[in-house]
Amino acid sequence: MDLTLRVWRQKDRNSPGRLVEYDAKDIDPDMSFLEMLDVVNERLISREEHPIAFDHDCREGICGACSATINGIPHGPERATTVCQLHMRHFKDGDVLTIEPFRARAFPVIRDLMVDRSAFDRIVESGGYVSVRTGSAPEANTLPIPKDVAERAMDAASCIGCGACVAACKNASAMLFVAAKASQLNGLPQGKPEKDRRVLDMVASMDEAGFGNCTNQYECSAVCPKSISEDFIAQLNREYLVASIKQRFARK
Amino acid sequence: MAVSGVILLLFVIGHLVGNLQIFAHPDVINKYAHFLQNLGPGLWAVRLILLGAVVAHIWAAVELTLENRRALPERYEADDTIQASYASRTMRISGFIVLAFILFHLAHFTVQIVDTEYRDLYTKTVDGMVVHDVHTMMVKGFQNLWISGFYIIAVGLLSVHLRHGIASMFQSIGWRNAKIAVPLDKASIGLSILYFAGNAAIPLAILAGIVS
Repeated sequence: MDLTLRVWRQKDRNSPGRLVEYDAKDIDPDMSFLEMLDVVNERLISREEHPIAFDHDCREGICGACSATINGIPHGPERATTVCQLHMRHFKDGDVLTIEPFRARAFPVIRDLMVDRSAFDRIVESGGYVSVRTGSAPEANTLPIPKDVAERAMDAASCIGCGACVAACKNASAMLFVAAKASQLNGLPQGKPEKDRRVLDMVASMDEAGFGNCTNQYECSAVCPKSISEDFIAQLNREYLVASIKQRFARK
Repeated sequence: MAVSGVILLLFVIGHLVGNLQIFAHPDVINKYAHFLQNLGPGLWAVRLILLGAVVAHIWAAVELTLENRRALPERYEADDTIQASYASRTMRISGFIVLAFILFHLAHFTVQIVDTEYRDLYTKTVDGMVVHDVHTMMVKGFQNLWISGFYIIAVGLLSVHLRHGIASMFQSIGWRNAKIAVPLDKASIGLSILYFAGNAAIPLAILAGIVS
């Protein structure tokens, strides 16, 4: 299949970027999207042009490294799919694809399609930990955890931190990410001691990084490659409300 | 946003229910209006709460908009939307037009500066009370096609605004989950449609001569 790519090229953080058009001819429909970009890059290199820079690592949809917005949709048109697991058979011969980096002030472009997502690391640092007792390991199953509670925590924990939620949001809000990272710990007994502090600190860290606010449009969960539900955002809102009231009346 | 929104929502529903008394004998709405006008400090307390809610709602909207614009300085060349509703994407414009309408509506029926003759409309009820003739004021007001048209457009936009707002406030305070998401969304649409139908019925009935 033959495609036309309009790819965002940007030399570095401080240079202005622009869309550059490339022909992608003779693409195998069974290639992944990133393999298609590899082929295009090989051709660029053979012409002594700079290859298109993009993030990738595991290429099996579990690491959260890959990131690209295809025709305005982060990770492309397939639901619950990372761009590395998106196959070219989902496109038609002759399609024009506009490929842009994830856009948000908190995710500055490093080069071409690569963005700096370290703001997510700072959010996790601010509250994504639990207290553990030192010394010998506790007996397994010491803490009974109901199945539905464990399942819910696992649903939240399936977040791979790719940042598509931010990229899809009309306001570049990181609420789905923060909600997932807080909920994977808040529901479990191990996460209880820091629950209130975690919610307040992670939200403060999110605001500090320059993400926008949630306007409840749920574009985030629609693009999430792990289909994380906006229910976790409601849970975060609820827990934030309770935590801020408790903090107001807490004895200093 | 959610807290001020819920106050305003309760008001607009109450306001609609009150206004639907236009379909009863003129004495009904005139006595109701007389009761409201004579609440004294109570009336001003309600007015201040509503004013506070409007100011808070606008202030929150401006702050949210400014922060959100800062958070996304460069938009996509090829922008797309997957599931965000039309209502949710037009909250600002629907809000602005509704605000303009509310100002006109207050000038028209409350301060009565659009047509100062409304101030001198008095009538005697069946049981002999002299009250402000709100019934005639509404009929005269809505017989003007321009005023009725603006009114119907504004309540239409307010219904669209509520379609996102009602469901949204539950999410914002954390009272929403997958189980109630669909019924909540349907209730939000249903209530918005009912709200529009109820409001549009008043000027339409007056224009059609059903209420006179």
